[in-house]
Amino acid sequence: MRELELDLEAFEGPFDLLLTLLLKEELEPREVDVAGIVISFVEILAERDAIDLEACGEFLVLISALLELKARSLFPEETAELDDLEPEEAAEELARRLAEYRRMKEASVWLAERLAEERDRWFRLGPAPLAPEPERRLAPQDSAALAEALRGLAVPPPKVSLSHMALRFPPVSQFLERFRSLLGRRRRFDFDAEVGGLSRVEQAVAFLALLELRKAGEIALEQAAPFAPIRISSSRPWPAAAPAGRSPAPPWPDAADEPMPSGAVQSTVPFGLGSSAASQEREEGLELSDSERIETWTARSA
Amino acid sequence: MDSTLRLIASNPVDQLAHTVEALLVVASAPLSVAELAEACADDPERVETAVGLLRERYTERRSGIVLEEVAGGYAFRASREASDACARLFERPVERGLSQAALETLAVVAYLGPCSRPEIARIRGVAADSAVASLVERGLISEAGRESVPGGAVRYRTTPLFERVFALESLAALPRLDDLGADTGELRDRLLEVASARAS
Repeated sequence: MRELELDLEAFEGPFDLLLTLLLKEELEPREVDVAGIVISFVEILAERDAIDLEACGEFLVLISALLELKARSLFPEETAELDDLEPEEAAEELARRLAEYRRMKEASVWLAERLAEERDRWFRLGPAPLAPEPERRLAPQDSAALAEALRGLAVPPPKVSLSHMALRFPPVSQFLERFRSLLGRRRRFDFDAEVGGLSRVEQAVAFLALLELRKAGEIALEQAAPFAPIRISSSRPWPAAAPAGRSPAPPWPDAADEPMPSGAVQSTVPFGLGSSAASQEREEGLELSDSERIETWTARSA
Repeated sequence: MDSTLRLIASNPVDQLAHTVEALLVVASAPLSVAELAEACADDPERVETAVGLLRERYTERRSGIVLEEVAGGYAFRASREASDACARLFERPVERGLSQAALETLAVVAYLGPCSRPEIARIRGVAADSAVASLVERGLISEAGRESVPGGAVRYRTTPLFERVFALESLAALPRLDDLGADTGELRDRLLEVASARAS
């Protein structure tokens, strides 16, 4: 068998190689040293760091095709036994792909020749020309209106208030005392009316005091609807509420000195619940006359 | 008398030719008749007439500047006489050192494009990644969407610059594929002929 001189680097791929082999008049498949080609190919692969799997796959396919051609030429009588391989079909497919590649190779030769022919054509190269930016159409503008708008912005900003830095919170106890004494004089009062003249902070502290009293069971709260006036009433037995009329007894034992009687807690009207009947009952007694107040105070101090 | 009159008479097509000439001097890529007509705010047919006037004026050996029809439009280039002087002063960055692999890849894209790298690799039998990257860098091919399947590969097509570098009026000016290389039948016959040669 003749030694095949092959510089695989010179070929642009397996198609190129096979095409060259096939079109060489003197070369026949049975003369091709397939093992030699494989060894050269593997040697080239070994020299490279990365393996091009796609190229390897293509090489495998084509070297197999070459091997089959060689086998058929060496054992022509046995082709009948290889019927299941359908060599004609395989050859047809291989020929089709080779023809496709060959046309592209010819086209690349044409391109190279064209490039050489046009070597003396020189022209300006540059980036793609830019189209002028489309003119934006704005509604007619009034300069006076613009000046007016700018003037509004040019005003120095209002001075930042630092008043909250010096906030003084009145003690909750102050309002506890106030509400207790108020309930000593009246059966019920309106929260908003009572704190209306106070500052926002004071109103907040007053509300805290209210919650404290409610927690201790000293008062009952009612509010007909969200944001409606909050009404506060004493949860202690009130002499005026007794069917027997006004009683000389104190409205309740001094809260500061004695623990609350458990009965008083139970009688507390829950906030916003079932209070309407009770409130209706006491409606008339909401405002106590001066004489009544004096009477109550005398009774308490006694 | 006649010639004096012609000089005085203002010919609108002459005026249009001046404008077209000016646009072509400014342009760095070929301008189509449609682009010229839009820029001149004039009729495309009249623009073609004006271009005709300019082509007569800017021809080889008559002028150092030549007006050529290329890449679907018109562009000025240097006359071939001046090519030696140009070569001493200028570079050819686009086509310098184009490898055989790049030329084959370029041929595949020019004839079968838009096509993806796997398609190019299938035809050439080797991976085309570096050749494609080199051609994109040179501006001879550019991305043209993706294959229509989900996650499809990027497809490439040749650019107007390709047509200009290879002096093609359009891609249709490429030689017919049938005129290139052997047909499938011939190759198949040869394959079978070689295979059965030893049979007899």
